[in-house]
Formats: sequence, structure tokens, C-alpha cells
Amino acid sequence: MMKKLIIGLFALSVNLLPNMVMAAGPSVPLMEANNDLTDQPSLQRGAKLFMNYCLGCHQMQYQRYERTFRDIGIPTEVGLEQLIFDGSKVGSHITNAIKKDDAANWFGAAPPDLTLIARVKSPDYIYTYLKSFYKDESRPFGVNNIVFPSVGMPHVLQELQGLPTLITKDVEEHGHTVTKVIATETDGTGELSVDEYDQAARDLTNFLEYVGEPSRLESEALGIKVIGFLIILFILAFMLKKEYWRDVH
Amino acid sequence: MFGKIIGWIDDRIPMTRVWNMHIAQYPAPKNFNFWYFFGSLAMLVLVNQILTGIWLTMNFVPSSEGAFASVEYIMRDVPYGWLLRYLHSTGASAFFIVVYMHMFRGMIYGSYQKPRELLWLFGMFIFLALMAEAFMGYLLPWGQMSFWGAQVIISLFGAIPVIGDDLTLWIRGDYVISGATLNRFFALHVIALPLVIVILVFLHIVALHEVGSNNPEGIEIKRKKGSVAEKDKPKFKFHEYYTDKKDIVDAIPFHPYYTVKDIVGVVGFLILFCWVVFFMPAMNGFFLEGPNFEAANPLKTPEHIFPVWYFTPFYAILRAIPDKLIGVAAMGASIVVLALLPWVDRGRVKSVRYRCGFHKWNIAGFVVTFVLLGWVGATPQTDLKTIISQICTVTYFMFFVLLFVYSKNEKTKPLPERLTK
Repeated sequence: MMKKLIIGLFALSVNLLPNMVMAAGPSVPLMEANNDLTDQPSLQRGAKLFMNYCLGCHQMQYQRYERTFRDIGIPTEVGLEQLIFDGSKVGSHITNAIKKDDAANWFGAAPPDLTLIARVKSPDYIYTYLKSFYKDESRPFGVNNIVFPSVGMPHVLQELQGLPTLITKDVEEHGHTVTKVIATETDGTGELSVDEYDQAARDLTNFLEYVGEPSRLESEALGIKVIGFLIILFILAFMLKKEYWRDVH
Repeated sequence: MFGKIIGWIDDRIPMTRVWNMHIAQYPAPKNFNFWYFFGSLAMLVLVNQILTGIWLTMNFVPSSEGAFASVEYIMRDVPYGWLLRYLHSTGASAFFIVVYMHMFRGMIYGSYQKPRELLWLFGMFIFLALMAEAFMGYLLPWGQMSFWGAQVIISLFGAIPVIGDDLTLWIRGDYVISGATLNRFFALHVIALPLVIVILVFLHIVALHEVGSNNPEGIEIKRKKGSVAEKDKPKFKFHEYYTDKKDIVDAIPFHPYYTVKDIVGVVGFLILFCWVVFFMPAMNGFFLEGPNFEAANPLKTPEHIFPVWYFTPFYAILRAIPDKLIGVAAMGASIVVLALLPWVDRGRVKSVRYRCGFHKWNIAGFVVTFVLLGWVGATPQTDLKTIISQICTVTYFMFFVLLFVYSKNEKTKPLPERLTK
């Protein structure tokens, strides 16, 4: 039951010395999200997580509720009732009322819009990020993040995950000792088990990937037809060419 | 009835004559191979860019406040807007792939040699206009890479002595990249440069049809009048414009032979193109860069700033040289020297098939150099890569120096009398 406590295993080469903690972030091997855009229940759970935990601070200012509900299989009435908390119309963009200047004062930087975060970073990055918060009393909100050192936001999913601590190990490298991150381990105070939290992180990642490019599945469905048509056309065009070129020697 | 309408039109504009002269009775060498698809493919991509561009323009907002959001509006709210946008963005990269292949074809078969110098020069001007077009188009989505990429490239003009600072100010229309820059780039991207490109493409084809196409063997199909025996002449009818002045051998009419052949090329190309458009339009960050999905922020510099892949070979030459002005000059020279190829190459044998073995190695080395430069320019700089880029900068120019030297008294293979393969 070791696994129960270990949130994630990293083969990390993150140096924990404070001077190494840069805003740009170290290159940390990312965990695979393994999310599935065709998994509508997962997308729906992800949407629920986003509306409940993220939207307070992060907008999706380019994406509309109605489109989202339609694409991930939530009936409009259900969505209106259960996922729109600020009385917005169903055709509205997914926004909040937080003022950028206020937010910048509270968190050090205004929380970024998340419409395209999966395209700016990657689904794997988001998944890893959600699983990489750890307790750090030196930070304003008492937490830090392995893939985003000195992160400005609190661990909003703490009530689900609990508060993880960092597990490090001293290893010899090039003749001197460096401290490496190998995992985070939750204190078990969260509502979800480790596996359940992994799934929640995956659902949220899945939803963010969908919002990053809502046309993805439509594109692939259409693409198969287009390429199928082109392959048939290619065969016909090739036969036509052969026929015409018979008399060229 | 139909004939009457055609006759009526032909009395007023030379429709049938132009069709015959340039398509149905235009003599083309019969041995075009794979490399000869890329001219017509470039035309196809140009048409794709113009058509998708028109529809994108209908919903794009060319202002610093509205540009990024309007692109996302196109991606989400405009019916098939995502398709238009991906066709356009993938088309930009496809244009360069196709044009690089087309230029490479010209290099290996000596298509720039006399009498096709002007044809090559028009091509080089198209390439320049295309680079300007792509650069300005890349600013329009107003993402982080749009903004900072433009910032880096425009600042290059600042390296020019005396007028540099004023010149950058004039290009930007502001002291920093701003909505003013975006607006003028939009105007140039959708009106000025497309017009220039279309006119240059027209001239490129006029020049091509005047001198006639080269071919993989690099020997002419137009011979001195009266030098070809009647039995050796092709059985096809060619326009008097060509046959009056010259005897023609081993040629076929462009239509229907090359039209049906180009359809095969076009469909083959479209299969690959659509595969990218529908399944991987970002091409792992090569066609659409990740940071460009974040709106431009003048206060936040991205971790790494790269131009899009098609500029990276030239960008690597720029970065290889520590001094900015010399770097800019070297980058400019790398394109100018390509344009001068017809005069750098002093050989008379065109095709690589009949030139000396060293020429083959020289071209192979040039290809490796170009690819390496592209890779180095597209990835973060390290000490090793700086050295690679410096070596490649030397070998890039060395290609032309060597060519100039050995082409003068080159040991070539005997040319065949006729096109056999």
C-alpha cells in the first residue's frame, strides 16, 4: 500500500537549492496524462471541477457555456442549473468577475486565462502540474509546485487531495551531493483517495484539452472522410494519367 | 452555338490563342519527374492561401485589442472557421516546403543557367515577397511569438548604420510593436504583398514560357530550325509561336499530358496536406508554436524566441555571428548569393546527372548544411550549436565559392543527343 501514499513518482533532476528556483521553471519530466477526449463522462467531471474550483479566478474568456455543454454532452437545462453559478446566459463566454488589478495584488500576477492553456503548455504539463503541489511554509499560501516553482496560486484542490509533502533524496552527482525530488506524498486529509485524485486531475486535464481546441474531434472525423475521398481520387487520377500517357514514348 | 460564342469572344480577346499557346499546344519536355510537381503545387498553395485568406479576413479584427480574440472567435464560433484557419496556417508552411523543393529542383538540374537567368531571378523575388508575406502574416494572430518574433526581426534593421533606428521606427510606425504595426502589417499582408506575389508569379510564368522548361537531362528540346529530321519530330501539334522559330524534339503538349499528371501530384500532395490540417495542425509546435496560443504581452518575454521553421536556416546564420551588423549582412548575403546562382555557376552542362562527381557532393553538402542550420536556428542555443551554426555558415557560402571555382573548367560527362529518360 505504498502506492496509496505516493502521489507521483518522478525521475526528476530538479535541484532544490533555492537559487535554482527560477520563474521559467526547470525542465521536469512530465507525467503522462493519458486523457481521452472521447470520454464524455470524464469531460463532464472535468467541467464540474473547473466550474467549482478554477473559475473563481481563471476565466475561459474565448469559450462559451452553450458550446461546451453541447460538445461534452450536458443538456442545456442541466448545465444552466448546475454549472453556471453567476447567472450568465447560456450563450455567454465562461468568465468571472475578478478584477485583474485586484488579482495581481492578491497573487502576485493576474491568474491567466485558461482557454488555451493546454495548447500553450500541454495536457501532460497540466496533469503533472495538478499533481505537483507540495507543502512549503516559505510561500504565501503555504504551498509550492514542482513544475512551476514559486507558483502564485494556492493548492485549490487541497480539499480533494490533502496537503502533499515533498519527498527528496540526496544523491551523488559529479562528485557532490544534490537533493533530488522523487515524489510528493499526501497527508491523507483529502476527500479523495490517491487513485481518485489522479482521475480528477485527468478529468480536469481532459476538459482543458477539449477547451483548448473544441474542434479537435470534429476535425478528425471530417479528416478521415476527406483523406478517404482523396485516396480514391488519387487512384482514379493515377489511372487517368496512365491512360493518357500510353501514347507518349 | 458553342462555337459561335467562342468565336464571338475570340474576336474580342485572344482566349483560344492564349489557351493554345500556353496550355494545349505548349511544348513541354516529355521527361519531367517527381521534382517537377512543385511548380504547380506552389500555384495550388497560393490559391489556397488567397481563398482561405479572404474568408479569414471576414472575421479577423486587425487591432491589438481584438486580433487574438478574433482568431479564437474564428476557431470556435465561425462555422468551419477552424478549418479555414488551419488550411491557411498549414498552407503557409506548405508553401515554403513546396518552394524549397522547387528551388532545389532548379539547383540540381541547372534550371537557373542561361537562358533562364531572369526566370530564376523572378523566382527569387517571389521567394523574398513570400518571406515578407509570411513574416507579416505571423504577426496577425497577435500571440506571444507573433509579437516577440516580430520584435526580434524588426530590430535587425536597427543594426544598419546611420539610418537603422529611423528605419525600424518607420517599419513599426511606433516606438514599440503596437496596434499601428499590426494594422500596417495587415494591410501589407492582405493587399500589397499578395498583389506583388501574383504579379511576380505571372512574370515567372511568362519568362518560363518564353525560354521553355528545362528538364532532368538539362538539354534543350528546342533545336535550330531545319536541324531535325521529319521522322524525329514529335507527332503532336505545337503552337506556331514555337515551331516557327525552332524545331522541337521530345516534347509533348502541356495539356492534356501534364495537366493529368499534375492532378496526380496535386491529389498526392493534398493527402499529406490534409493529414496535417485535420490531425496535427500544430505539427508539434513547428507550424503553430505553443507560446503563440498566449496573447501578446509586451511585459513578458517568452523563454525562447524562434522564428517559424522556414526562417530558421537564415536565422541561424544571423545568430552564428556575434556582431549584429555583420550577422544581418551575412543573412542578407545568404539570400542574395542564391539569386546570383546563374552567374556563380560558370558551367555549361546543366543537369547534375552529367556534371562532375564533386558537384554532386557539393550539392549534398549544401542540403545537409541547410537542414542543420534549420535545426540549430529552431532550438535553444548551446555552445555546441553555436559552433555548428558557425561551421554551417561557412559551408553554406563555401558551396557557392567552390561552385564558382570548379564550374569554370569542369570535367563533365558527354550529353545525350535526345531525351531518353
